[in-house]
Amino acid sequence: MYSYLLPEFAIERKTERCIKCRVCERQCPVGGHKYDPDFDAMLSYEEVCVGCQRCAVFCPTGALCVQPHQSQYKLNYSWTREKLQDLKKQAETGGVILTGSGNDKPFKVYWDHLVLNASQVTNPSIDPLREPMELKTFLGKKPDSLEIDLSEDGYEIKSELNPNKMIELPVAFSAMSYGAISYQAFLSLAMAAKEMGTLFNTGEGGLPLEMREKYGKNAVVQCASGRFGVDSEYFNCASIVEIKIGQGAKPGIGGHLPGEKVSFNVARNRMIPEGTDALSPAPQHDIYSIEDLSMLIYALKEVTNYTKPISVKIAAVNHVAAIASGIVRAGADIIAIDGIRGGTGSAPKIIRDNVGIPLELALAAVDKRLRDEGIRNKCSVIAAGGFRCSGDVLKAIALGADAVYIGTAALVAMGCTLCQKCYTGKCSWGVCTQDPYLSKRLNPEIASAKLVNMLRSWEHEIKEMLGGMGINAIESIRGNRDHLRGVGLEGWELDVLGVKGAGE
Amino acid sequence: MAGLALKVGLRDMFLEGSRHVSELGGYATVSGSEAWVDALNLKHKELNDLLREVVSQGARDITVKNVFGQRYIGTRLNGIFGCKVNLSIFGTAGNDLGAFLNGQKLTIYGNAQDGVGNTMNEGEIIVHGKAGDVAAMSMRGGKIFIRNNVGYRTAIHMKEYNDKIPVLVIGGTAQDFFGEYMAGGIVILLGLGLAEGKNHNANYVGTGMHGGVIFVRGNIEKSQLGKDVGIYATDDRDMEIVRQYSGEFAQRFGLDTEEILQGQFRKILPLSKRPYGSIYAY
Amino acid sequence: MAGYERKNSERYLPDQGREACGLFGVMNTSGKRFPGNVAISAIKNIKVRGNGLGGGFAVYGIYPDYKDYYALHIMFENKRREVKTVVERYLTENFNVAYDEQIPTNPQVSLFHPPLVWRYFVTPEKKGDEKDFSDDEFVVDKVMHINTSIDDAYVFSSGKNMGVFKGVGFPDEIADYFLLDKLYEGYIWTVHSRFPTNTPGWWGGAHPFSILDWTVVHNGEISSYGTNRRFLEMYGYYCTLYTDTEVMAYAVDFLMRRQGLPIEVVSKIFAPPMWDTIDQMREKEKRLNTTLRMVYGPLLLNGPFTVIVARHNEMFGITDRIRLRPITAGAKDDMVYLSSEEAAIRSVAPDLDFAWTPHGGNPVVVRMNSTDHLLSMDNSI
Repeated sequence: MYSYLLPEFAIERKTERCIKCRVCERQCPVGGHKYDPDFDAMLSYEEVCVGCQRCAVFCPTGALCVQPHQSQYKLNYSWTREKLQDLKKQAETGGVILTGSGNDKPFKVYWDHLVLNASQVTNPSIDPLREPMELKTFLGKKPDSLEIDLSEDGYEIKSELNPNKMIELPVAFSAMSYGAISYQAFLSLAMAAKEMGTLFNTGEGGLPLEMREKYGKNAVVQCASGRFGVDSEYFNCASIVEIKIGQGAKPGIGGHLPGEKVSFNVARNRMIPEGTDALSPAPQHDIYSIEDLSMLIYALKEVTNYTKPISVKIAAVNHVAAIASGIVRAGADIIAIDGIRGGTGSAPKIIRDNVGIPLELALAAVDKRLRDEGIRNKCSVIAAGGFRCSGDVLKAIALGADAVYIGTAALVAMGCTLCQKCYTGKCSWGVCTQDPYLSKRLNPEIASAKLVNMLRSWEHEIKEMLGGMGINAIESIRGNRDHLRGVGLEGWELDVLGVKGAGE
Repeated sequence: MAGLALKVGLRDMFLEGSRHVSELGGYATVSGSEAWVDALNLKHKELNDLLREVVSQGARDITVKNVFGQRYIGTRLNGIFGCKVNLSIFGTAGNDLGAFLNGQKLTIYGNAQDGVGNTMNEGEIIVHGKAGDVAAMSMRGGKIFIRNNVGYRTAIHMKEYNDKIPVLVIGGTAQDFFGEYMAGGIVILLGLGLAEGKNHNANYVGTGMHGGVIFVRGNIEKSQLGKDVGIYATDDRDMEIVRQYSGEFAQRFGLDTEEILQGQFRKILPLSKRPYGSIYAY
Repeated sequence: MAGYERKNSERYLPDQGREACGLFGVMNTSGKRFPGNVAISAIKNIKVRGNGLGGGFAVYGIYPDYKDYYALHIMFENKRREVKTVVERYLTENFNVAYDEQIPTNPQVSLFHPPLVWRYFVTPEKKGDEKDFSDDEFVVDKVMHINTSIDDAYVFSSGKNMGVFKGVGFPDEIADYFLLDKLYEGYIWTVHSRFPTNTPGWWGGAHPFSILDWTVVHNGEISSYGTNRRFLEMYGYYCTLYTDTEVMAYAVDFLMRRQGLPIEVVSKIFAPPMWDTIDQMREKEKRLNTTLRMVYGPLLLNGPFTVIVARHNEMFGITDRIRLRPITAGAKDDMVYLSSEEAAIRSVAPDLDFAWTPHGGNPVVVRMNSTDHLLSMDNSI
């Protein structure tokens, strides 16, 4: 069948600069460049180009420019180019259209409509370069009261405390499984988390045995619907165990790691035969209701001998506040909420682009609901889904989050360019692939250093912003919506966010 | 409710009122490597604390009586002192019996509820009765023998890797979605209690199955199968497997292997390792 | 915006209650009355299925001295006497009140924010056009009036010779509070242990939900709630609690009391067989099931649920069509049990004659002086 699809990208090759070194040919995993010996020329195959920009970055003479293809259908605001292309693709294949990374549709990004406060005159701002600025964060359940006795050698805590995990800054890496991303990328996240004293999250691909001792203390291990690579040692080597109920990019559905990505090592880690699809069912089949969730939470507490906080990750959906309340009452120590802009290695596009609600609204609603019920201290809240910069992070914490998960930002730091083709397994940057030729492009030493750099810069920025508000400990901004104002938001939006309009 | 708002706060239904293990001495007797526990009125965590405690005192063969629904029995014995423990349980075992089990042996003289052997890794569970829903869910190693029937979604997403192959043998029949999403493992459904001329209970057998094998003794119609599986005659190699595990089953429940093997066995296999490989547009 | 009323929009309706639960029901099929300890111990056994934010009991046969009177159990939130005066004026306008008293409670038990709870034994006093209504319809109408029009007053039980007792707490605490094990004997007891995520802390929000002598205890969350609710609204059932249980109670009332359908048919509406199963049925059965789905599609209860419904002389339990929620039945002589977990039954009746788990959507129907419940053993495990 001859394809009627237009190419997505145009490859412009400045022949006067091209030295036919064939770097582009070697760098392109989809065959967008080929050297033709008969004509002694580099040829472009635009129909396969995904716009990852690997060739443009690596071209030693700057001869390449890859940009959206100029060919356009007649302008139509309803029947956009993307809609037409998708229809044609479905007509040619009969398939569900897949995509990768987060929602790219123009939903309102509330972070861009919230502004932060700063001190002027009435209280002093603090200079974070000279004075201490504290970002340490505890994740887990806090008691309502402490029983403290005075004994001979000072005060003694009598209360039994629930396990909490302390992290050095309120930013952790989101769940990305080995299988979805390459071993190198997975390892880089672990190395950076360890260096920065924060957490990485294994997703549901298991934690390779050789990484457990060194990186277990910084690991959140997931127990998800596929139960891949899950056993008691896996739980016990980690800091936090997370039950994955949903993901912002694909609320309500499971996932299929295609057989091509189930390499020898991925298979070993997930404990399934090489080359089979790794199917994660939509629900966890032992959880059909809130009391079943409670059953799994306590099963995990049992298997870890009550030594680890148990987190429950959900996608932000209509009744998220009520659901969150139920999760806390079911015994969870942490709730992670993933909003509509959360990323994915693979999801049906129709789901990614149409299901779920924005994180900002969900987070505000959950925080308020838990406070109204007097149970906010019974769990920590981690916000996830589309954090692009430290400003977003601080706004989330001011809305009520204890910490945030970042996924896409971390991948971008390692090289990702958001071409959204993660599901093909042909990531030219070596991030989202199991092809050894591609994955070795990502050197964990370098990639982890980039991640550390990024987190350090965010850390500095957060301290600067906090200092500006006259705050020197992160706990003082947590849920402190006085330091937020809305701009360009409607009344109902300000109501849900619990934030005043600027100037109010 | 003006002024100080009343809030109900949080009550932990699981831990509320649980006694410390040091207060539970009266419920257990340890003698050498043997121990006896009376679970009557013990809460879930109390019983599991106590089991851990008696194991730490050296018990390896433990008899638990008066079990009425306590959950996660065996789960928390994983990895302590690296020892294998034999638990004999009298009563009705609670949900998630042997969840994440890692090498212990549990024998239940009575029925089990939902989630038997949930994500079990190693060990053995023997149920002298029936089991509820989602038995052997995501099981990845070890053996489960259930004398009577099982409920919905049994063996869902069971997996195997190389020579680590979980085995589940069921004496009776099963309800719907049997073997759904199965990715590996050996399941044998014996249908011993089936009335003459009656089919097995289950519909949608093996929906989404992409690995492993289900052996069925007793009649099952094609219409009862999911669309991702086929049903085939067994060959000699299959029957060796069936003989071995039917034998182990018979031995545990005092039945006659030969009598079991006289029935007609067929096998259900996935049509593809990748049942959903072609539903997507790339 | 002419003619547009804000409050009329779906947008301003409260959310569907989301909750899950533990259930238990027991009936003596000879009609012999027995005390509450069976139900209380059983529900205590499955304490972890609730979270202490709601517990309740429905008991049948408790008021033999007033068996011909509607027994109205009314809670007055915030214990406001003036509300009680308003309610009582309304009652005397519409009913003959034979006897009333405060429902005895145990002062030793301290629960969250208890209301004042009173009971009235009444017979209708119909006037004018009201005489065209049956007693039952009349009582439903007046109960609805109190519940929707009088703030802080809530009728939570309105059947004859039966009563609902419920509140915020674990069910065994509610039982202690209302002295259920000491003061009452009944031949059916159903119990609910609630795990709500909406309206925590409101006594009226606890279950059972009841209308006349129908009571419903329910576990699960119906995904079709909006469809079911809006369909029932067409027939004059307006939700006041916005819970799945309320919708189920109204659906049962609509199909069984008003239309007279037996539960065996109603179960095929709530939990219809899959189309590919229907395709294989004999012609007559196929036609019945196809027609039921065509006519009553909006009452298909989609999503996970187990429900135990009771009225005088009958109790039945049913799950959704793919059994996403558990139920186990047990029988010993003339005692029949329904429960979320078998262990709860065993804990009060260790030597059962039978214990079985029916096929999804297949009701266990327990009737007076019959063994109909054993029919559900077909295809059970």
